[in-house]
Amino acid sequence: MKELRNREQEVFWFQRRVFVAAVFMLLCFALLLGRFIYLQLVKHEHFERLAEANRIDVQPEVPNRGIITDRNGIVLASNFSAYTLELNPQKIPNLDATIERLATLVDISQRDRRRFKRLYEEFRSAESLPLKSRLSDEEVARIAANRFQLPGVEIKARLFRQYPMGEVASHVIGYIGRISQREKERIEAQGLAAEYKGSDYIGKSGIELTYEKDLRGTAGAVEVEVDASRRVMRQLSRKASISGNNLQLSLDIRLQRLAEEAFTDRRGALVAIEPSTGDILAFVSKPGFDPNLFVDGIDPQSWEALRDSLDKPMLNRPLQGAYPPGSTYKPFMALMAQEFGIRTREQAIADPGFFRLGNGYWRDDKVGGHGMVNLPKSIAVSCNTYYYQLGAELDIDEWSGFMRQFGFGQKTGVDIDGELTGTLPTREWKAKRFPKDPKVHVGDQVSLGIGQGFNAFTPLQLAYATAVLANNGVAFRPHLVKRVQDAKSGDSQLTQPEPAYTIKLKPEHIQAVKEGLQGVVLEGTSASVFKGAKYTSGGKTGTAQAFNLRGQKYVESQVDERSRDHSWYITFAPLDKPQIAMAVFVENGGFGARAAAPIARKVLDAYFDQAALDANWKGFLAQKRDTKAEP
Amino acid sequence: MIQQLWNKLTDHIDPVLFALVTLITVLGLMVLYSAANEAMGRVVGQSQKVMVAVVVMFVLANLSPTFIARFAVPLYLIGIVLLLGVAIGGEVIKGARRWLKLPLIGNIQPSEIMKIAVPLILAWYFDKHEGAINWKNFLVAGLLVAIPFALIVRQPDLGTALLVGACGFYILYLAGLDWRIIVGGGLIAAISFAAAWEFNWLHDYQKERVMTVFNPSLDAQDAGWHTIQAAIAIGSGGLIGKGWLSGTQTHLEFLPEKHTDFIVAVYGEEFGLIGVLVLLVIYVLLIGRCMLIAMRAQTLFGRLIAGTFGLMFFTYTFVNIGMVTGMLPVVGVPLPFVSFGGTAMMTLFIAVGMLMSIATHRKLLAT
Repeated sequence: MKELRNREQEVFWFQRRVFVAAVFMLLCFALLLGRFIYLQLVKHEHFERLAEANRIDVQPEVPNRGIITDRNGIVLASNFSAYTLELNPQKIPNLDATIERLATLVDISQRDRRRFKRLYEEFRSAESLPLKSRLSDEEVARIAANRFQLPGVEIKARLFRQYPMGEVASHVIGYIGRISQREKERIEAQGLAAEYKGSDYIGKSGIELTYEKDLRGTAGAVEVEVDASRRVMRQLSRKASISGNNLQLSLDIRLQRLAEEAFTDRRGALVAIEPSTGDILAFVSKPGFDPNLFVDGIDPQSWEALRDSLDKPMLNRPLQGAYPPGSTYKPFMALMAQEFGIRTREQAIADPGFFRLGNGYWRDDKVGGHGMVNLPKSIAVSCNTYYYQLGAELDIDEWSGFMRQFGFGQKTGVDIDGELTGTLPTREWKAKRFPKDPKVHVGDQVSLGIGQGFNAFTPLQLAYATAVLANNGVAFRPHLVKRVQDAKSGDSQLTQPEPAYTIKLKPEHIQAVKEGLQGVVLEGTSASVFKGAKYTSGGKTGTAQAFNLRGQKYVESQVDERSRDHSWYITFAPLDKPQIAMAVFVENGGFGARAAAPIARKVLDAYFDQAALDANWKGFLAQKRDTKAEP
Repeated sequence: MIQQLWNKLTDHIDPVLFALVTLITVLGLMVLYSAANEAMGRVVGQSQKVMVAVVVMFVLANLSPTFIARFAVPLYLIGIVLLLGVAIGGEVIKGARRWLKLPLIGNIQPSEIMKIAVPLILAWYFDKHEGAINWKNFLVAGLLVAIPFALIVRQPDLGTALLVGACGFYILYLAGLDWRIIVGGGLIAAISFAAAWEFNWLHDYQKERVMTVFNPSLDAQDAGWHTIQAAIAIGSGGLIGKGWLSGTQTHLEFLPEKHTDFIVAVYGEEFGLIGVLVLLVIYVLLIGRCMLIAMRAQTLFGRLIAGTFGLMFFTYTFVNIGMVTGMLPVVGVPLPFVSFGGTAMMTLFIAVGMLMSIATHRKLLAT
C-alpha cells in the first residue's frame, strides 16, 4: 500500500515536472514565433530590399561612340570590339608575378608592360586596367583555361576607338583616353556621372574633346538577376544605351593627306577653307602623331618621345602657333587704306628703295626700289616702302579695329578647343605688355605696316582672313565639323548654315586688292611657282622673322635651320568665284615663295583636279595596306 | 486474415505520433526538393534513408521497453569505447576529430550514438533504483553524463556535447533532481562558461560563433554570412512567403547550408509567417504527444525516456530555429525530421520507435 502511494506520489511529482517543462517549452516556442513575427512582419520591407539587392545587379551598357567621317564619308574614327586582358589590382597581391605568369600564356610586349605600369601609377584604385588588348581567339582560350589559377585576371569584350588614317589629320581628330581623376570629378560636378557609367574613356583633344558631348552617347543599364557568385541568371529589364552622334567633318581627307605629304618632313601648318561656307577643307599641323597610341593608354617611352621632340609634334600649329604674318598682311592693309580713304587704287608712290622718317630708316627688299607703285602693284611686288609709309600714317586703334573684323588677333571660334588669340597690337596692349615703354611709336607702326613687329597671328587666323576677303567680306565661322548626325533619328544638321557677319566693304576696294593678289601669281613674287596653273588664283607670299628661338633648347647642330625666317603663303582660287582659300605656313622655311607657295600650288592643283586627287589617295591606301601586311 | 496482419503491423504504432512525424517528414522532403533546386536526386536519397529509419522505428516499437532497457548498458559502453577510439585514431575533418573509420561499417560519428545511449542508461539506472533514489544516485548519473560529455567536447564538438549533456540533464530533472541543485548548477555552469571564455578554453571558432550571434555583421563573409543571409531569406518571405520553389535567396545560392542546418530559412522564405506558424504548431503537437506518452507511461524507465525524448525534440527544434533566426549561436544542430542527413534521421526515428514502444506496451504491463 505504501509502495503504491509512493508510486502515485512519484507519478504526481513527475507530472508536475512535465508540466513545468511544458510551460517552459511553450514559452520558448512563443519566443521563436515572436522572432519570426519580428523578421517577417516588422522588418519585412528591410529584408525584402536586401534580398532584392542580393539578386539584382545593374550593369551599365556602354554606348557606341559616334563615328567621325570626312566630308565624303571616309571613316576617320570608328569603334571596334575586341577582347582585352584586364587585371584588377585590388584582387592581385603580386602584380609582377601575375604578369610573369600571364606572359607564359600569351605574348606580353615590353610596351604593354610599360603602358600597364603607367596606367597603374595613375589609376591605383581602378578595378580593371588593361594589360593587353586585341587578344586573338586562341589567346582568349588559353587564358580562360588557366583562369582559376589567376584571380583578378579577366577577359573582357570592349569597344575600342580606332583611327584608321593614323597620323593623317591627327591634330584635327585628336584622341580619346582613360578618364583621369580630374575629369572624373568634373563629370560628377556636372551631374553627368550617369551618362558615363561603365565607360572609361573620354575625348582628350581635337574633335574628340570638343564634340565629346555629341560623340559619347548615353549609357544604358541592364538589370540582371545574379546568383551568389555574381553569375548572371537572366535579364530582368534593359534600358538601351543611346549611341553618340556621328560627325561629318568638313575636311576632305584626301586633300588633307596630300597637303600633309606636300610638307615632306618640314614643320608647319596649312589651313584651307571654303569661303562660301566656312568649311575647313584641310587643317594641317606638321609633324603629327599617331592617335592610336593614346587609345589604350600611351606607354611612357612613346609619350616622352612625343613630348620632348624638338619638332613639337603635339603642338597644334594652325591653332596654337602665333607668328608675324609678314607680307601676307599687305592685302588687308591695302583694303583698309582704301576704306579709310587715305589711298585709292590709282594713287601711286615713287619708291626709292627705302623709307625715311625722322631718324628712322627702313630698307625695301629691292635695292633701288620698285619705281612708281600703285595699290595693286604694291601687293604684286610686295613693296615694303608703300606699307612703311601707310603704317606711319595710321592710328593704331582704328587700324586694329579694322583688322579685328577679319579675325586677326581674335579667336576665330573654330570648333576645336585650345585656340590661341595671338596679338593684334593696340595702345592698350602696348601699355600693358611693355609698362616701361607704354607708347606706340611711329617706328612700331612702320614695322607693323609690313606685318612684322608685335603682330602675331595663327595660320588659322590668316586662312580665315583670306577666306573672308575672298568672299567679299561675308564671314562664315570656320568649322571642322560640317554636320552632326543624330544616331537615333538619323537627322543631320549643319553646324554653320548662316554667315556669322558681313563686313561692310566697297566692292571696288576689294576688286583692287584682288587685282593685286592676281598680280602676285601672274607676274609677282609667286609667278614662277604658279606658272602653268589651270586655274586662276590670287596669292600673297610672306616671310616672318623668327627673331628668337621661342624658348627652345639650344642645340648647336640645329640652331641654323631653326633660326631661319618662317615662310608664308596665302591664296584663294579661282579668282572670280573662290572655292578655296588657304594659308600655308612653313616653320623656318625662309622666303615665302620658296617653301610655302609650292605647297599651296600642290594643294590647289589637286583640289581642281579631282581625278588626280583620287589617284593620289588610292596610292596612299595601297601603301597603307602594304605596310600593314608586312609584319 | 488481412485484418489480422494489419492489426499485427499497427498494434504498436502510435497513430498520432506517426501522423505528426509523417507530416513533418513529408513537409521536409518538399522543402528539400526546393532547397536542392528541384533536383530529385537528393529527395530520393533522403526518402530512402527515411524508409530505413521507419523500418528501425517499426522494429523498436514492437520491442517491449523492458527488452529495450537491456541494451542500455552495452550501448553506452560501446559508445564510450568508440568515443575513446575517436580520441585516439579518429579522422580529422575541418580541424575536428569526430569521425571513426570502422571496418565493414564505415565512417561513423560515435557522439551520435550517445544521444540515445545517455538517456537510455540513465533511465535504466534510475528505474533500477526506483523508490529509493537518493543524492548518490544523482551523483552517479551525473558522472554517466559527464564522461561522454567531456569526450565530445574534446573532439571538439560543442554543439553535440551540449545536446548530449542536455539529454542527461532532462533525465536528472524528470527523475526529481532537487530544484536547489538545478538553480545552483545553472549558476555554476554560467560561471564556468564565463571562465572558459576568459581563459581561452574554448576554440576560437566556437567563440566566434557565439560572438556573431550578437552581431552578425561582425564577419559578414564567414560565420555571420550564414546568419545574415538566413535573416534576409526569412524576413523577405513576409506573411505568406514567396511561394514554393520561388525563394530567391534559396535558388540563387545566397543561403548557405540550405539543405541541412539552415533549411528552415528556405521554408520561411517560401511559405512565410503562416507556413512557419503551421510548422511550429506541428512541432508543439509532436512534443506534446511525447509528453503525454511520458505521463501515461507505467514504468519509471518509460516515463523518463519518453519525457527526455520529448524534451530532446524540443531542444533540437528550438536550438536549430533559434540559430537560423539569429537568436542562438550557429552550433550545427539539424532541424528534426526536416534537415537533410541520414544519421540524424536515424537517431530521431529510433527515439520515435522507443516512444511508440512505451506508448503501446502499457496494457501488457498492467496485467
